Amino acid sequence: MSADHILSVDHLSMRFGGIVAVNDLSFGAERHKITALIGPNGAGKTTVFNCITGFYKPTSGSIRLTHDDGHTIQLERLNDFRISKQAKVARTFQNIRLFPGMTALENLMVAQHNALMRASGLTLLGLIGAPSWRVAEKAAIDLARTWLERIGLLDRADDAAGNLPYGDQRRLEIARAMCTEPALLCLDEPAAGLNARESAALSELLLSIRANQGTSILLIEHDMSVVMEISDHVVVMDYGVKIAEGTPQHVRDDPRVIAAYLGADEEEAIAVMESGT
Amino acid sequence: MSANPAAAMQTSRAPGVAFILKKALISALVALVLFSLMIGVRTEAGSDGQLTYWTRFGDLAMMVATVFGGSIVVELLRQWWGPVGTVRIVPPQVTSALSLAGRLVAPVLLIFTFLVPVIFYNERYILDLGILVLTYVMLGWGLNVVVGLAGLLDLGYVAFYAVGAYSYALLAQSGIPYPHVSMVPPFVHVDFLQLGPWAFWVLLPVSGILAAFWGVLLGFPVLRLRGDYLAIVTLAFGEIIRLVLLNWQSVTGGPNGVSGIPRPTMFGIPLSPGDDGLAFKLGIEFSPTHRIVFLFYLILALALLTNWVTIRLRRLPIGRAWEALREDEVACRALGINTTTTKLTAFATGAMFGGLAGAFFATRQGFISPESFTFHESALVLAIVVLGGMGSQLGVALAALAMIGGFELFRGLDQYRMLVFGMAMVLLMIWRPRGLIGHRAPTVFLERNQAISSDLVKEGHG
Repeated sequence: MSADHILSVDHLSMRFGGIVAVNDLSFGAERHKITALIGPNGAGKTTVFNCITGFYKPTSGSIRLTHDDGHTIQLERLNDFRISKQAKVARTFQNIRLFPGMTALENLMVAQHNALMRASGLTLLGLIGAPSWRVAEKAAIDLARTWLERIGLLDRADDAAGNLPYGDQRRLEIARAMCTEPALLCLDEPAAGLNARESAALSELLLSIRANQGTSILLIEHDMSVVMEISDHVVVMDYGVKIAEGTPQHVRDDPRVIAAYLGADEEEAIAVMESGT
Repeated sequence: MSANPAAAMQTSRAPGVAFILKKALISALVALVLFSLMIGVRTEAGSDGQLTYWTRFGDLAMMVATVFGGSIVVELLRQWWGPVGTVRIVPPQVTSALSLAGRLVAPVLLIFTFLVPVIFYNERYILDLGILVLTYVMLGWGLNVVVGLAGLLDLGYVAFYAVGAYSYALLAQSGIPYPHVSMVPPFVHVDFLQLGPWAFWVLLPVSGILAAFWGVLLGFPVLRLRGDYLAIVTLAFGEIIRLVLLNWQSVTGGPNGVSGIPRPTMFGIPLSPGDDGLAFKLGIEFSPTHRIVFLFYLILALALLTNWVTIRLRRLPIGRAWEALREDEVACRALGINTTTTKLTAFATGAMFGGLAGAFFATRQGFISPESFTFHESALVLAIVVLGGMGSQLGVALAALAMIGGFELFRGLDQYRMLVFGMAMVLLMIWRPRGLIGHRAPTVFLERNQAISSDLVKEGHG
């Protein structure tokens, strides 16, 4: 653990009744890097995400977030909206969760809720139309415009989010998460349902976010081309435990990962595991 | 060329004809079975107590034919003006003219409303009806914040109306209580500050604040509830408030209500005959209509205040958070929005407007009792919001006009009034399933301020 980790997950376990979804998982996400969490279906990846982003309360273990200024926050002690508001962790969802009846621009404005709430003096200054509020509102619209431009949706800013094509909705959801100005961005299968061209555009967007905003990214992904192209570090899970971790190249050649993905039968898998250790 | 659209219409409608006829036949068959005994055969006790009967096949045939024809008409209406993608018979020129007219509706309606007391000065009935309609417009706009924007189904809105009305009525009669310390045991005494002619203006905001407080109180237990469960708890809350008012006789007067509630003054000047009255001071002859006109403008001002605040709030982060909450609560939490306070502010804001309307109601009537605050009122206001199109300010105003004014319009139809009214509502819901104005106007835009189709806008889950 010598590396500079923004997120450290230690001995995380999550049980639902008798089912152990995540069992004693430990890994870290490096600062200003892209970390991928991969694994076959049902490996417990989304459960880990839900623990990190406060939608589940982990059964045991600790999740520590260290900000750039050295300030640390135990995420398992925060709940719900505070993860995003105080810890600055943003997330997207496996099945897109935009506000379909609001325009693309409005979606990005809602994401700036907490900053705008402060600027509007908890609504009072905004109600009387104070100049300071007008300035803040204009700045928020400008930030939203910048993001719409970056995801190539500026000309569709005033269209309902629910009317956008699937790939655009995926990018808009990422832009919306970025409008909360997060330190850590968690993406749950951002490339799911995208075609090759859209996947490439997505990879480019994520790389530019890492380069320009310096946001650390943690992502779950099935699309190996995206994972191999952009990740700095890959963590592989199967049946709730970590089976491998390392650089994309290293992970790809790991026999346990191959066994997990190709569905080797149990004895064979044990043999592979034993030969590996 | 001109024949082409007609031909296209013909082909697109052709498969529908068999369907419509089939449906009409089935309806007619059901009607035949039902009415053959109810109308076809008439039985009566004869002079010796025996059973006599005779047949009325003519009436029966007429009923079945009416059902057959009616069913065809309803289906045709559904096909032509229905929400499903069928050929529209309205040409584009008419549509654009209609959209222009649509934009003019709000200002024209507003100007007309301002002129109502001038035009109908001598018609007390119209003025009273106008006040009633405006009260429901205000209630509809208030509930619209909770139901239309935040998507929280509230069936007990009348509770806040009652809280506002009783707050004003009781405080205006007793004065505002305040404690003070004296040397005589028990040392702390409660005195009452009498407000005199200013009672209404001081107690109006107090009623609003108290109602908002009760809104927050209701909000806390229902925060975790959604949909049907939320509706049931809010319904119960409305009934609890009514039952407390009914049974807490020593304070509220129970079923006898509160009478002799002070009338409003024009900022301290009473609208009464006499030397200190407004008419005397202006040097004009006193007329009871002055007070009616004053009440009309008062409720108009209150309703417009509600409208203005709601429109402003929609463009502020809190209003956007309400609408986002209606769209997707989980996404709101992921964006760091405190859904608890967001819901509570929606409840409080809606309740506050209900309370203001309640204070107005009390001062207008001069007498209130729990009978005025039954579930019927909640249902009526909710119907106005749903009929108007959830979230639309103009739609709610039009719906209030249609519901309250329309109901009065049908008064001449006597016992058929409810029937006609019900039919009108069914037709409206077929024609416009998302309310009169179903589309949503965005709160902010870069280039084009275009309305969002109602298909995309969610109704909320809770």
